[in-house]
Order: sequence, then structure tokens, then C-alpha cells
Amino acid sequence: MSHPLKLTLTRCYRFSASHRLHSPRFTEEQNRDLYGKCSNPYGHGHNYTVEVTVGGPIDPETGMIANLGELDPFVEREVIEPFDQKYLNEEIPEFQDVVPTTENLCREIYRRLKSFPAARLERVRVEETSNNSFEYGG
Amino acid sequence: MIRVTRKIEFSAAHFYHNPNFSAEENRRIFGKCNNPHGHGHNYTVEVTIAGEPDPATGMVLNLKELKEILEREICDRMDHRHLNYEVPELAGQIPTCENLSATIWRLIEPKITQGRLDRVRVYESPDIFAECTLVPSGSANTERR
Repeated sequence: MSHPLKLTLTRCYRFSASHRLHSPRFTEEQNRDLYGKCSNPYGHGHNYTVEVTVGGPIDPETGMIANLGELDPFVEREVIEPFDQKYLNEEIPEFQDVVPTTENLCREIYRRLKSFPAARLERVRVEETSNNSFEYGG
Repeated sequence: MIRVTRKIEFSAAHFYHNPNFSAEENRRIFGKCNNPHGHGHNYTVEVTIAGEPDPATGMVLNLKELKEILEREICDRMDHRHLNYEVPELAGQIPTCENLSATIWRLIEPKITQGRLDRVRVYESPDIFAECTLVPSGSANTERR
């Protein structure tokens, strides 16, 4: 007996960027208490890993949910090129007024990738370090 | 409910080619993967079984038995083989990791007698994997064409 199956394809990408966790809504002391070392005014950086998951039917002509030849340049253009080797707080307009926690980063990456035309975006998972990861599926 | 995952690895060759496409279309759509001489990967397959632990054994299923099923159904068929030519279950399909994950699901699913098959993940490389799960009940959305 065959059951209906749900299929997804996941691809990992990497970029490196710096950020500072600091909110103007809090005092300096509150920022230090809340964000600890992450509030260092000079910023600090991470090697981020981004897992992009797309879903949809397998095209019987190609055997693929999405052609990585289309997904890779899309992610490169929308996320990697604008974020890699950047200071997120100052160089990404969306983080001018939003603290670039990896929660917010994950949601911003999802927003940027949502319009991928060839398959449905299922979720985005961002690893800030190998110990911390964040996932958003809309 | 508990989910138990067992990993198994195999190495195989494949290439992507659709005889309905012209040579130029095949190269454009499949890129380097269209090389007719084939190329290979070290595949990692993660198989997840869901169920309640048996009160007597404390296990959802015996992992030794699961390992034997995976060796028989996956490795004996696919390890050190050419997926385009030597795996009858993939005949007529382009051996992408999407198709591999669905094929492996269909091979394993009938062999699982304790717990139920919950997920099959096929990693073509550490950075690319396809995942097969059941369509949630109540959803008419099937990914099969």
C-alpha cells in the first residue's frame, strides 16, 4: 500500500557577519545584563550556516523539487551576497531598528527567500554557532 | 511518542539525464550532473522510526534489526553501484536525492514491524539532503505526481 508522501529538499549555505545585540529601548546597564558579551559596542562575528528547505512535487522530467542551479543563485543574490562579510546592524536596512538576534535574522532570511518562484519555501534554519540554531517556517 | 533514528552510509555513482530532452537541454538543466560518465557521492541515510517504547524492553524497536533491514534494503542494493543502471527500483527515474528518499521510503516501510516509519533523509553531501515524511492526515496535499 502506498501512502501519500511529503518531500522536501534542504540546502546549506554559509556566510560570515558581525553584529551587536543592543536595544535603544534599554539603558546601557540593562543591555549589558540582558545581552552580556553580545552587547560589546564594537560588535563581534559569527560563521552562520543557513539551511533552506523547499517543498513541492518532484518534477518527473527532472526528478527534482527544485533545481539547485536556480536555488543557489537566488539565495546567493538575496542573502549571501548582501550579508556576507557585513556588519548586520549598520549595513542591512532591516536591522537599523531591529536587534539582529538570530531569531530576527532567521525571519529576515525567510522573508527574503519567500518569493523563490520554483518551489514552496518550507523553512529556514540558521545556526549562529554549532551550539545555537533557530528555525522559522512562516 | 518517541522517535528513533538510525544512520547508514553508502557510496554510489549516478548522473542526471532525461532522454526526452535534447543534449543541450540536458546540459542546461542538469549542469555538471549530466556528465555521461557519471560521478559519485558518499550518501548518508537517516531513517527515523516513531512509536512507544515496549514496556518490557524499553525499546521502540530493536536497533540491531533496523540496522539489518537498512543494510539489506539499502546497502545491498545501492552500495558501490551505479544508480542509473544497477538499481531496478530506480529504473525510469532520475536518481536525484528526492527520488532516492521516496524510493528508500517504499523499500523500508513494509519491513518495519515495530513502530512506524516517520522520516527518511538522504544526504547527497553534508550540505544537501532530501526528506520524505507522510503527508499529515487530513491534508489532501500529496507531493507525488
